[in-house]
Amino acid sequence: MSAIANSIFSPEAAARFDKLATIYPVKRSALVPMLLYAQDEIGYVSEAAIQEIAKRLDLFDLDVRNVLSYYSMLRTKPAGKYNVQVCTNISCMLRGGYEILDHCKAKLGIGHKQVTADGQFSLEEVECIGACCWAPAMQVNYDFHDDLTTIKVDAILQDYAEGRGKDVK
Amino acid sequence: MPTFVSHPEEVIVLKKRWGQGAADIEKYLELDGYKAVQEAIAQGPEWIVSVMKASGLRGRGGAGFPTGMKWSFVPKVSEKPKYVLVNGDESEPGTCKDHVIFLEDPHSVIEGTMIAGLAIGSKLGFIYLRGEYRYLLKIVEKAVADAYAKGFLGKNIFGKEGVDFDIITQTGAGAYEVGEESALMESLEGKRGVPRIKPPFPAIVGLYGGPTVINNAETIASVPHILMMGGEAYAKLGTERNGGTRLFGISGHVERPGVYELPMGYSLRKAIYEVAGGIKGGKKLKAVVPGGSSCPVLTADEIDVGLDFDQMGKAGTMLGSGGIVVLDETVSIVEFALRVISFYQHESCGWCIPCREGTDWIKKTLGRVYAGGGTKKDVDNVQYLAENMMGRTFCPLGDAAAMPTLGFVKKFRKEFEDYIDGHKAGTPIMTEQQLVGAGH
Ligand SMILES: Cc1cc2nc3c(=O)[nH]c(=O)nc-3n(C[C@H](O)[C@H](O)[C@H](O)COP(=O)(O)O)c2cc1C
Ligand code: FES
Repeated sequence: MSAIANSIFSPEAAARFDKLATIYPVKRSALVPMLLYAQDEIGYVSEAAIQEIAKRLDLFDLDVRNVLSYYSMLRTKPAGKYNVQVCTNISCMLRGGYEILDHCKAKLGIGHKQVTADGQFSLEEVECIGACCWAPAMQVNYDFHDDLTTIKVDAILQDYAEGRGKDVK
Repeated sequence: MPTFVSHPEEVIVLKKRWGQGAADIEKYLELDGYKAVQEAIAQGPEWIVSVMKASGLRGRGGAGFPTGMKWSFVPKVSEKPKYVLVNGDESEPGTCKDHVIFLEDPHSVIEGTMIAGLAIGSKLGFIYLRGEYRYLLKIVEKAVADAYAKGFLGKNIFGKEGVDFDIITQTGAGAYEVGEESALMESLEGKRGVPRIKPPFPAIVGLYGGPTVINNAETIASVPHILMMGGEAYAKLGTERNGGTRLFGISGHVERPGVYELPMGYSLRKAIYEVAGGIKGGKKLKAVVPGGSSCPVLTADEIDVGLDFDQMGKAGTMLGSGGIVVLDETVSIVEFALRVISFYQHESCGWCIPCREGTDWIKKTLGRVYAGGGTKKDVDNVQYLAENMMGRTFCPLGDAAAMPTLGFVKKFRKEFEDYIDGHKAGTPIMTEQQLVGAGH
């Protein structure tokens, strides 16, 4: 039984949220993880998700929005099914990160924070993702791809387009 | 997946279990895992702190504060619960060492967290990873669950009556500033990652107002090894007041980038030319950012220096997070400086004015120089802005932005001036359009 009637989330996610609200010394600590898991399920943090999370944690909607707007991974609009995040920070920049970004732009026909017309892909230029020694690097959703070349990127995007990509959640 | 590297010059302490499947608890146990924590339970808090002090271990998160001393600041008696907080936010550009620790040896982080808890009298620890590390969170979550199943976590751990310890794991959601210890506590309390005023320091008033020890993931992962080998033996591996070994992530223009474990005080020149195989494609070295992007740059003539906190400090830079970024002769320092400040401008949390405005104006000014519309006065302005940020911001993010900027404009002033005069050194990487987007 969910702690909340008519949860907008799947039974699994709702159960996870019930638990999250109990494990911390202070309930509110569950806010950032809840926002992430809500986004994983819906694709973004919707108005309804904000309201439900606020209710679960005894917060105002405004408190939730205030925190939501701080973190760069959280979004209030849908991204593509596969969100391609290319690092262009220093270690990647020195080993071709900008080339990879440009290649993705051309290949997908979209720019920074845009979504393809079919909703399959979105693209983001991101800051260092902690893969500097295996640069250039990118993430597709939560999955890391290292030591990239444009040829490797083509194969990776093809895999996702054909449903073979790994989806870490 | 990270590519593994090794080199005969490495001194292996932390990497001992890498590449052997030690994320599996059975394997970890086979490789002497969870022995240190049992010894720690038997010997008690004073013994733990004395071993840590003898080890000369200094924080691997960037500032290099002596770990044993940090732990000894926590009051013995406290009305509020005490906490251990492991900083796995790893967001300093050029840094990817904690990534491999979580992947290859998550139990060492768990065991180290427990030992820190025993040392300060805490019953609850948190392991906080950056949001991008979801796949690593899953590895750590499984390791924690396995440790609970074995009775190593929870109530009466290892069958010891009255010894309890719990661990909560979670990630952030994308914010460099959350790596700063007080902002990290805010984030963990479900708030925006805005820094807190210090003092009081976390050891006195930390998470939920309770005394809190915050350490970097590598610092914590070193702890079980130190207890096993003894503080003095660990200290001896390094240099005076810089005990042991640490992980160096060598990236950029080298032949063999990777995460290497080297003794503290190891030669930066040898790290680049021997361990990492020298400059990629046989090119010439131009500069090195020695410890993550916030550290002032070293020129090619300044690399005969030992990699420890004190020697790097004397050389006018910092050991930082151990992320060594190597720049070859093709790099335009004007462009590189712009990319670095763009990051800090993007990540400034906006809470205090010197940081928010300073990073923004430096980015704008360097952007103008880079685009070809700069004047000589711009270089002075950048230096003036950076100098006035130093020490005047709420948290050290302002310094982290100002320090590298000062390094670039002071050491490569001529390159900036020549650039403004139309003599551009290096090959630009960013296009005009990308330049506008840098730091988004
Ligand atoms: C802006 C900023 C970002 C930081 N990011 C990190 C980080 O990602 N990981 C980390 O361990 N320490 C980071 N630190 C340092 C922490 O504030 C803190 O000093 C450290 O976690 C203490 O652990 P240690 O003593 O084991 O190094 C950062 C500091 C600042 C000012
Ligand atoms: S700079 Fe790209 S992953 Fe660190």
